[in-house]
Amino acid sequence: MGYRQVVGTTTWTFPDLKDLLAKASPLRSGDALAGLSASCAQENVAAKLALADVPLKALLDQPLVPYETDEVTRLICDSHDAAAFAPLASLTAGEFRDVLLAQTTTPAVLARLAPGITPEMAAAVSKLMRNQDLILAASKCRVTTKFRNTIGLPGTLAVRLQPNHPTDDPAGITASVLDGLMYGCGDAVIGVNPASDSLAATGELLRLLDGLIGRFEIPTQACVLAHVTTSLELIERGAPVDLVFQSIAGTQAANASFGVNLALLKEGREAALSLKRGTVGDNVMYFETGQGSALSAGTHHGVDQQTLEARAYGVARAFDPLLVNTVVGFIGPEYLYDGKQIIRAGLEDHFCGKLLGAPLGCDVCYTNHAEADQDDIDTLLTLLATAGVTFVMGVPGGDDVMLNYQSTSFHDALYVRELLGLKRAPEFEAWLARLKITGGDGRLLPPTASHPLLTGA
Amino acid sequence: MGKSPARDPWTHLTGLTPARIALGRAGPALPTREVLALSLAHAQARDAVHAPFEGDAVAAGLRALGHVTVQVVSAAPDRATYLRRPDLGRKLSDAGRTALEAAEPHGTDLVLVVADGLSSAAVHAHAVALVAALAPYVDRAAWSLGPVVIATQARVALGDEIGEILGASMVALLVGERPGLSSPDSLGVYLTHGPQVGRTDAERNCISNIRADGLSYDEAAFKLAWHVAEARRLGLTGLALKDESDLVSLTAGSLAPRPAV
Repeated sequence: MGYRQVVGTTTWTFPDLKDLLAKASPLRSGDALAGLSASCAQENVAAKLALADVPLKALLDQPLVPYETDEVTRLICDSHDAAAFAPLASLTAGEFRDVLLAQTTTPAVLARLAPGITPEMAAAVSKLMRNQDLILAASKCRVTTKFRNTIGLPGTLAVRLQPNHPTDDPAGITASVLDGLMYGCGDAVIGVNPASDSLAATGELLRLLDGLIGRFEIPTQACVLAHVTTSLELIERGAPVDLVFQSIAGTQAANASFGVNLALLKEGREAALSLKRGTVGDNVMYFETGQGSALSAGTHHGVDQQTLEARAYGVARAFDPLLVNTVVGFIGPEYLYDGKQIIRAGLEDHFCGKLLGAPLGCDVCYTNHAEADQDDIDTLLTLLATAGVTFVMGVPGGDDVMLNYQSTSFHDALYVRELLGLKRAPEFEAWLARLKITGGDGRLLPPTASHPLLTGA
Repeated sequence: MGKSPARDPWTHLTGLTPARIALGRAGPALPTREVLALSLAHAQARDAVHAPFEGDAVAAGLRALGHVTVQVVSAAPDRATYLRRPDLGRKLSDAGRTALEAAEPHGTDLVLVVADGLSSAAVHAHAVALVAALAPYVDRAAWSLGPVVIATQARVALGDEIGEILGASMVALLVGERPGLSSPDSLGVYLTHGPQVGRTDAERNCISNIRADGLSYDEAAFKLAWHVAEARRLGLTGLALKDESDLVSLTAGSLAPRPAV
């Protein structure tokens, strides 16, 4: 069914819901590349006006990607909790925004609503929200997950220690891990992107990280970000896998381009659970996502990239992940052109993920061919930290020497803790204090060359 | 007051990784020297992306080696469009198509394309030297070479249309890779057998990280020649052509994959 919006003497028409959502999306290069964007600023606002009047029920009843041919759509529809949705059932998308911002809509209320909210509803309302709305509403969504520590408690921010090395050299990776630990980072996960996806190399990295965590009794988890099939094979061979990683997207076809489907993700999760390596909880999955991945694989079905990204969180939440990471600026300027688009996308992704109940962190980052720089990283990091982002990356000096892009650094995490008083995961915070890396106030103590982490290395 | 913050007391680990470790801190933040060092590295990478491509100078260098050259531009008219529209960077401009149709010779074993990609700096620094290093292998194997095509605002897949028009059996496209902070001038080579519009990246082989601290010209030329010979033997490039050139182990890990352009 089509949508119409009269503005002055102009009547704007939108042939279907996915066209309306795409045209209501704040401008970004990926939607323009796909030919889905509004033709002008007024059409963009006309689409928002029309979208504000669309009932949330319509977003549930009219799948954007066909139910029959897309298992992500089937997952979203079949797992929808009608009872949780009941309080929202009579609302339009515009009214939903007002409800989200109301002071009576508390964290407890939002947690009860989450299973009744679909990715399409989250995406639709986000298109009607300004940055401050995305920040305020997300700050009220609490998602707590556990493996060897507790991530996502109010007033905390966790950091993934990302010690990548261009050749997966064990000594080089160890050096970056120690650097990060001495800077008080690593509570979300110590997670390596391997340069090689070979079984042998991945297995060696897993044993290296497991050895470090065991030797220093660090209350955290390790992950080598290899394909789920690699992790499955390594679990079979007895490798110490804490978290199973996978890149995921919002359509069945995009996931197929990553070589995965829902059954395979379930298999990965069950294999990780069978190892029982968590000590305080059993959230065993680590997912990464990013706007534009479906278009990049030619699998977007004419749906805008932000809506598809929200659908990826719909996939993620079905597997009770420990961490979900939107790698917001990595994909390049053909999807998010500049700092403004990257910042907006980071806030949208965090809001949509949290609203759906996923533990959203953000790789606040940019590539050298995007119109962005460290100032944009600082801005988005600060905004996300105020919005209660679950975790961010910690890369030595912010320069990833394997993936060739810039992300947040160990120092950046210290900055945002100092500014906003954010704590680490409590188990990890206690470990840092016990090892005298931090003092009682959580600030770093002056480092010494004789520290056990350094002499034991 | 007034003393700059010291490095951290684990600078002995810095030789183990190119990562920026043991930097020290000013309060929670990076010391001034590190902020500026990062800023300079980013400026170098930015300039590598945006520096105008000096196609004439590259052409002159190649002609000095005895090559016939043709210059073409993709359908992306400028850098801003190129960055937003990867599809245009994969198509020739009308003038480029006309120039190639008139170029000689057609139907050769191999066509070399020198493409700016995402780092003109990489092409300026390494392309002519790599073509020179390849010459002995081409001579020894007696492969026929087409004109060397110099392509501006070009993505990897532009080589497909170029090779198709020139009727080449194979295209080797030398391209400036997406610059990193520690490697603003890294050159890659993509080899495609039976080039035609519509080939996918799974049907190519890539030799990456050709730069001063990476793969040397001699190593890269050897690997490229090995791949050309294998591709001729198998009649294909891509996933089915596994890199078994013995140099792989010698250059340990300088072959980390980079995102394609």
